[in-house]
Amino acid sequence: MPGDLPPDASGIAAREAADEPGRHTLFWLQSGGCGGCSMSLLNADSPDLFAALDLGRIDVLAHPSLCEASGEDHHALIAEILAGRQPLDILCVEGAILRGPSGTGRFHLQPGTGKPVMRLVEELAPIARHVVAIGSCTAFGGVSAAGDNVTEACGLAFDGAEPGGLLGPAFRSRSGLPPISIAGCPTHPGWIVETLVQLGHGTLGASDLDAFGRPRFYADHLVHHGCTRNEFYEYKASAKEPGQLGCLMEHMGCIGTQVHGDCNMRAWNGEGSCIRGGYPCIGCTEPRFGERDAPFLETPKRGGIPVGLPTDMPKAWFVALASLAKAATPERLRRNALSERIAVPPGKASGKPK
Amino acid sequence: MTRLVAGPFNRVEGDLEIRLDVEDGRIAAAYVNSPLYRGFEQILVGKAPADALVYVPRICGICSVSQSIAAAAALANAQGLRPPENGAHLQNIVLAAENIADHLTHFYLFFMPDFARGIYAGEPWAKAAARFQAMGGDAQREFLPARAAFLRIMGLLAGHWPHTLGLQPGGTTRAIGRAEQTRLLGYIAGLRRFLEATFYGDGLEAVAALDSADALDAWEADASGGDLRAFLAFSRGAGLERLGPGPGLYLSFGAYPLDSRPAFARGVWDGGATGPLREEDIAEDHARAWMVRAAEGPRPPSRGLTLPDADAADAYSWCKAPRLAGRVAETGAFARQLVDGQPLVMSLSTRSGSNARNRVIARTVEVARLVLLLERWTAAVRPDDPFCVTMPMPDDARGAGMIEAARGSLGHWLDIRKGRIFNYQIIAPTTWNFSPRDGSGQPGACEAALVGAPVRPGEATPIAVQHIVRSFDPCMVCTVH
Ligand code: SF4
Ligand code: SF4
Repeated sequence: MPGDLPPDASGIAAREAADEPGRHTLFWLQSGGCGGCSMSLLNADSPDLFAALDLGRIDVLAHPSLCEASGEDHHALIAEILAGRQPLDILCVEGAILRGPSGTGRFHLQPGTGKPVMRLVEELAPIARHVVAIGSCTAFGGVSAAGDNVTEACGLAFDGAEPGGLLGPAFRSRSGLPPISIAGCPTHPGWIVETLVQLGHGTLGASDLDAFGRPRFYADHLVHHGCTRNEFYEYKASAKEPGQLGCLMEHMGCIGTQVHGDCNMRAWNGEGSCIRGGYPCIGCTEPRFGERDAPFLETPKRGGIPVGLPTDMPKAWFVALASLAKAATPERLRRNALSERIAVPPGKASGKPK
Repeated sequence: MTRLVAGPFNRVEGDLEIRLDVEDGRIAAAYVNSPLYRGFEQILVGKAPADALVYVPRICGICSVSQSIAAAAALANAQGLRPPENGAHLQNIVLAAENIADHLTHFYLFFMPDFARGIYAGEPWAKAAARFQAMGGDAQREFLPARAAFLRIMGLLAGHWPHTLGLQPGGTTRAIGRAEQTRLLGYIAGLRRFLEATFYGDGLEAVAALDSADALDAWEADASGGDLRAFLAFSRGAGLERLGPGPGLYLSFGAYPLDSRPAFARGVWDGGATGPLREEDIAEDHARAWMVRAAEGPRPPSRGLTLPDADAADAYSWCKAPRLAGRVAETGAFARQLVDGQPLVMSLSTRSGSNARNRVIARTVEVARLVLLLERWTAAVRPDDPFCVTMPMPDDARGAGMIEAARGSLGHWLDIRKGRIFNYQIIAPTTWNFSPRDGSGQPGACEAALVGAPVRPGEATPIAVQHIVRSFDPCMVCTVH
């Protein structure tokens, strides 16, 4: 619903802001992806997308879902940017770079010119003040590079976890920063708008990015942090079927203890997260997302112990703690873990707090 | 004759290029090219069957739930599994929510901004159209927060949107209780408020009850405001009813199953009458696609072949050409409502057929019907009953998932051998609508719809072409999965 302001008020604010100095231009280019990160961006709330752009003093030159221009107007804009007559502050690329077949880039040609999109990205990237990889496809190749990677998909500065990608490991945009990887599949609208606003305000520096170029404000957390199933995790009370309430790590393929992201600390679509939706974290923010040695919804085990253990926890300790926890699991958690709804509520029937 | 190469088309999903032959100020021929290949059917080969649910939503960000539902249906079909009633209700609610959001996104972000462009500055309605300006006109500034608030349904039921794993062959992974059911009703009520105050300027029931083209004209003349009335006025001014005629054959796989009967019927509409859809009539023609061609000619999707060949002779698109018994069919909200016998759409079809105006109206009719269904389905959820059931997957099995996405008929065909995916073929709605020519030279639905469209002097990407293209709400990323 329109927020507290009457709808027109934000419109007026935007028109006034247009006269201000210190504004930033943004060009959003869709490469080989599904468009889902753009759709996710439109989900931004508090602030919504237009309010966030106002806040970051960002003028969108082009975005495939939003801008008026098509065809010749679009080409003219690109020509102006390449000629240096139209300043470009933020280049957002969404989708993997498709280098195939055989390095020609013919799997993705720019409509209207027939030029490989990978060439266009190579031309625009050095001109932009900041280069932003929107989503895991653009950062690493992502799902687009899965299987035998027939399209020869890669990211802007990484090919999976390997530095390189289209622009090469040494690439720095005019600001001196490497491509900023807002990894996620889809990426969270908050991750995008908070990055853009920080760029607009000049407050995002090299030390704010992790080794893969991901903004640390979300990548310094693990998905496990803030998970609503943590009590089940503590006691190793685990779900065995989809829809059950228990921890998803032991049987259902959850790798949230190893995956970077604040997915359970900020809401998705107002109140969601993968795990709140009843399914495991499959690691969509990570460089190797898209391929897995085992089926995604199963936990691979060796000797009954999950292969993927929490980040920085010695295996022996995990095993010892897990068996202790299992021995101590309260009946309430044991039963609830295997149920679609709370079967045993907490507390004594008397209802008296102790 | 002059030749134009139009593209990119912004405000459509994905990449699109159209070659246009222009004669005497009209389009004489159009060639639609999807200049992107993504390769999902190849990625899926050799994967565990259930992993399809990880990959297929990522075919398309704008209709990811539709892809998930089609895959879940194909897997369930292979298993012989049917979700319990609660699971079916929640799947329908999540899919309907995506379709509603898609239709409204099309209206506010993709379609209406064209009326606010400079080319119409001299029209008497230009001032009213300014509300719909691209990049933050007041209409968009009102719509986006309403959309985000409504899509909280996805946070609640599906974890997030796009790309959920919550839609499983046996139901949904989020069981809800009375509190969530109440919140769900609240989110739907929020959308109803936006629709009634801003979009329709009238009650949902009143809009859903419009039963003829004349009734719609009378409703439009009533002048109570609302963005839909604005559309009707602009499209009158821009002559949209005369633009982009459909092929006369319309297709719907049927949508929102409950007790094995879909809420919107399955079938075809052929020259004025409905008839059954015969799955065995569907085949994909590769004659003009950059694809390896089977020696025996077009194959049914259950035995379909997807191998790219960038040097294929005579090819001009990565999109294949699906045909129904060799004929071109249109799919989408207009087709779906027509096949279902919705009175207003039937009446519009009699008056002027499928065209750039009527396609948009069909979506707005569908939104009203879907919100009423959402309210019903939500109330019917019984929190104490199961939401999800499971069953082992046989090592060898076939399955088909034929559903309706916002843009029309979506089919997934799955062949499992030795516990792995042996073949997975997808036909997306826009593959039907934006197909290239086939082996017999028949143009696809959009290619044919563009013929005869006017080109103003000096236009490189004619405005009429843009209206027609966007009236289909194409999704090119799905097309070239
Ligand atoms: S392992 Fe996964 S489901 Fe279990 S508590 Fe951590 S994030 Fe939640
Ligand atoms: S929980 Fe895991 S899979 Fe889900 S969005 Fe976060 S990082 Fe991606």
